[in-house]
Amino acid sequence: MAVLTLPAEIPRARRRLFGRSLPLKAKIGVVIIAIFIFLAIFGPYLAPFDPSAINPAQDIPLAPNTVHLLGTTTFGQDVLSQLLVGIRATVLIGLTTGVIATFLSVVIGVSAGFLGGFADELLSLLSNSFLVLPALPLLVVILGYLPQSGNLVTAFVLSSLGWPWGARVIRAQTMSLRARDYIGSSRETGERTWRIIFFEILPNEVSLIAASFVGTVLYAVLTSVALTFLGLGDLTSWSLGSMLYWVQNQNALILGAWWWFLPPGLCVAVLGMGLVLLNFGLDELGNPRLRNVGQQRKIGGQSWRPADPTPVLRDGQGDSRQLVTAPAPSLAATEGDGRRREPDAAFLTNPESTRGGGRP
Amino acid sequence: MSGDVRSAAESHGPLVLEAIGIHKDFRLGSGLRSPVLSAVRDVSFGLYRSGVVALVGESGSGKSTVARLLSGQERMTRGEIRLDGKTVHLQHRRQFRAYKHEVQMIFQDPFASLNPVHTVRYHLERPLRLHHVAKGRAAIASELVRVISEVQLTPPEQFLAKYPHELSGGQRQRVAIARALAARPRVLLADEPISMLDVSIRLEILRLLDDLRQELDLAILYITHDIASARYFADETLVMYAGDIVERGPSEEVTQHPAHPYTQLLVASAPDPDALGTSLRTGSKVVAGQAGSAISGVVGCRFSPRCPFAEERCRREAPVPVAIDEQRAAACWRLDVAAPLLVRDGAGTGDPSRRGKGAP
Amino acid sequence: MRRAKESEHKAEGPSVAASVIPTPTSDALSPVLDIRGLSISYRALDGDVHAVEGVDLAFPRGGIVGLAGESGSGKSTLAYGAVRLLRPPAVITAGSVTYRGRRVGLEGVSVLDQTHAQLRSLRWREIAIVFQSAMNALNPVLRVEDQLFDVIEAHLPMSGDERRERAGSLLDFVGIDRGRLRSYPHELSGGMRQRVMIAMALAVDPEIVIMDEPTTALDVVVQREILSQIVELKERLGFSILFITHDLSLLLEIADRIAVMYAGRLVEEGSAKEIHYQPAHPYTRGLLNSFPSLRGPRRELAGIPGSPPDLRNLPPGCPFVPRCAFATDACKHIDMRLAPVGGSKDPSHVSACPFVLPDAPAPQDAETVRSPR
Repeated sequence: MAVLTLPAEIPRARRRLFGRSLPLKAKIGVVIIAIFIFLAIFGPYLAPFDPSAINPAQDIPLAPNTVHLLGTTTFGQDVLSQLLVGIRATVLIGLTTGVIATFLSVVIGVSAGFLGGFADELLSLLSNSFLVLPALPLLVVILGYLPQSGNLVTAFVLSSLGWPWGARVIRAQTMSLRARDYIGSSRETGERTWRIIFFEILPNEVSLIAASFVGTVLYAVLTSVALTFLGLGDLTSWSLGSMLYWVQNQNALILGAWWWFLPPGLCVAVLGMGLVLLNFGLDELGNPRLRNVGQQRKIGGQSWRPADPTPVLRDGQGDSRQLVTAPAPSLAATEGDGRRREPDAAFLTNPESTRGGGRP
Repeated sequence: MSGDVRSAAESHGPLVLEAIGIHKDFRLGSGLRSPVLSAVRDVSFGLYRSGVVALVGESGSGKSTVARLLSGQERMTRGEIRLDGKTVHLQHRRQFRAYKHEVQMIFQDPFASLNPVHTVRYHLERPLRLHHVAKGRAAIASELVRVISEVQLTPPEQFLAKYPHELSGGQRQRVAIARALAARPRVLLADEPISMLDVSIRLEILRLLDDLRQELDLAILYITHDIASARYFADETLVMYAGDIVERGPSEEVTQHPAHPYTQLLVASAPDPDALGTSLRTGSKVVAGQAGSAISGVVGCRFSPRCPFAEERCRREAPVPVAIDEQRAAACWRLDVAAPLLVRDGAGTGDPSRRGKGAP
Repeated sequence: MRRAKESEHKAEGPSVAASVIPTPTSDALSPVLDIRGLSISYRALDGDVHAVEGVDLAFPRGGIVGLAGESGSGKSTLAYGAVRLLRPPAVITAGSVTYRGRRVGLEGVSVLDQTHAQLRSLRWREIAIVFQSAMNALNPVLRVEDQLFDVIEAHLPMSGDERRERAGSLLDFVGIDRGRLRSYPHELSGGMRQRVMIAMALAVDPEIVIMDEPTTALDVVVQREILSQIVELKERLGFSILFITHDLSLLLEIADRIAVMYAGRLVEEGSAKEIHYQPAHPYTRGLLNSFPSLRGPRRELAGIPGSPPDLRNLPPGCPFVPRCAFATDACKHIDMRLAPVGGSKDPSHVSACPFVLPDAPAPQDAETVRSPR
């Protein structure tokens, strides 16, 4: 009987599917978000003053000084404290909305995608209807109508309009996964439907769900800040949005009180950027071909574009370390698989160039 | 057809699985008037314990649909499947699960039939649990080792911990076979098990299947487009064209003395190294044309557009299977012309009174 | 004897047979494409992968050279790399590729030293490629005629009518009804699409056509049709063919010369007849034994034990050692140079294995698959 031995040790980078290192973008995003989460947890304890404490003697904002590191508002409230407390509220809204909306989109998306037929028609109709609704105006109306607009209520309202996009995307992926052979094999083995959904399909959608979650958090953060800025959210508690409301209300811009409007604005922007970077990174994780598309690579000290002919570097010219790209992409020809495949199309130059440049 | 001739695989053991007049229509498009694609038309044959039956055909012939019908993944439009002589009903989950304990299918693409997020151990453990082959951690562990050693993947512990992307194509296919066998079936439906593997390892996998057939008394249905491998591996060969079985008989005879014009075409088209290019160089063309349409509404023999022997009757009337001898049959009106040496005694004229009875 | 560029602007139609056979002004013996010592690697942070190592291959005019190998063999990398179609991280690390087409002259052109602009005039006009899967290579939203026009226009300026006529005659060549010019790719069968690919490759009358598994995705019947069509066209138009495939049995029928690759190296090369009847390298022998034969008696079949090579972790010396029934310790030290096969009457039959002769019997403890029936 032939004894098949294992191939020689596989390089660490390839050993685990999910152990792949995140691209640089994602790492930066993670760091930013981590900072904000840290501030969300510990911010209120670090705040030197009560953010709502008014100094009756004041009637103009004070510039940063040794006591108030970020200055004060018109009423003498410490901006830094407001910031540290406010970040928590904004982050919480974002996360809550993210969790609820993602949960909804997964449930609806996977059910629609997997069950097909009438259930799919119904759920798709539901998602599409919600998708068509103009979110911001609707939120304005709803929040304006509700007697109390606490942060939790805001989160719920945001969730109710934030799930359809993710649901559509997850439905599409589920439909594509459903047709894969390994799902058919699971059925062959005799697995039950719910087990197939939870253990065979969902694990393959993790990166998509993660990206959808991050996107939803972004949407929630930006929208809640916008709504509160307009005066429609919860103004009784401190959040980045409510800070900005008071900034506008007290004309901080005209007064030139940069220490008041810049910090919350910057925080929103940076948090948003962190989320976006993480999202891009997660996309690239799920689809390696997105990495460095169209980017130039450096080989042999020169830059090479995808349409260039294969570089000729004799005698060890051009160091491997000069490559800008990350770990080796999948090499169809070299994986040693027992399968004949066409060469990975990623390695062929743009077919246009084989026909002499093609049409302009 | 199975009533008229005996199967060449019969000698190995009793009849296990029988397909009787199975028929599958696909509706193209929606609406009542949309055309119907008859992918499988009134197909009947039997699988015998420890015997191998090959189903040979090109893409579009319906051979994979037959496998899916027999494995219960597709519902038949009409027809019957019998296991040990008893009709099989697959409407309920329990019935389906019990059927899966007897009949298992191996998929074609080793790269798609394993879920990339699960280890080999997970893939093999599921059928063990689902079909109650082993209970308790110790029993399952030892059963896992046994199952994976059966397909000659050693050392077992190391292979069990691997993910699919860490295995080569041949190894993955072995895992797929092990998974099918973990359910302890009596029938194995192998849908093109080697066509996506590298040439040099195909025969090893076939040998493995043969060893397993002997050890476990499996009845095997071997589906392929490569008639040469059918000659080596199978007892009986069935040739399919556009949904019909056009010829059946012992593999050696069908491949060496093909009766049906389509079989003759298949055999003539296979590369023949001993000809060393003479036929290609002199441009002696094999008759071809468009592949047969399986859309209903086409009357007559579906091969007639491409058949060198076709005459008016062939285009009007679909041929019925005619016995050539005890174990061979072909569905053709023109057997006396297509295969004169085989059909003495008027057996090929379709006249029942003269079938196989000797000179009048 | 380089013709002026102006001559390329003549609308050279697909010539009628007689005038295309290489004229005596070019030395019919010098190969039209000469690859020497070509090495191609894929650069990666965790180590380079040497996909092709030191390959020598010469293409006679008007002949068919078959390149056989399985996954990891480097056959496609070799073919695409020779015309510099591979994208970074692939780099060519050594060797030369000299093209001596009719229009270019005997001194030849060094493909590896051409600029992008120079390569453009070389590609398609001189060297064309038929890609493996026509489904992927044809643009699904363009009609067939548009894709043909695209190709023609890029290399041969001609009027709209001339172009149309040319496209039509190309389809005639490959046996497709002219009416199909207005079809979209999805309206054609797999075999027809592949023929369209072939028509596109021949659109501007190349000298060399590289065919990468052109018939793998097709039914065996259609495959035979297309192959005979290709051979007929070759006879008519006089181009050379590099035929890449894993199906060695097919090459035995169609090719004049066959080169067998394993783990990026050429392990054997010779005429089809020699390879068929006197295979020398153990890999070639094993490969030949992996095809169940349809005609003739049922032989004992032996596949090749083991798995295809992992190019990142090759053993020293011959990469085939882990799977070779003839392997000895000496094999770890050989340098894989191709040398004429001892005992062969044909001096152009070369093998990388200095130890095994064509007639050497398989060792006693070789793994053979007993024929299942």
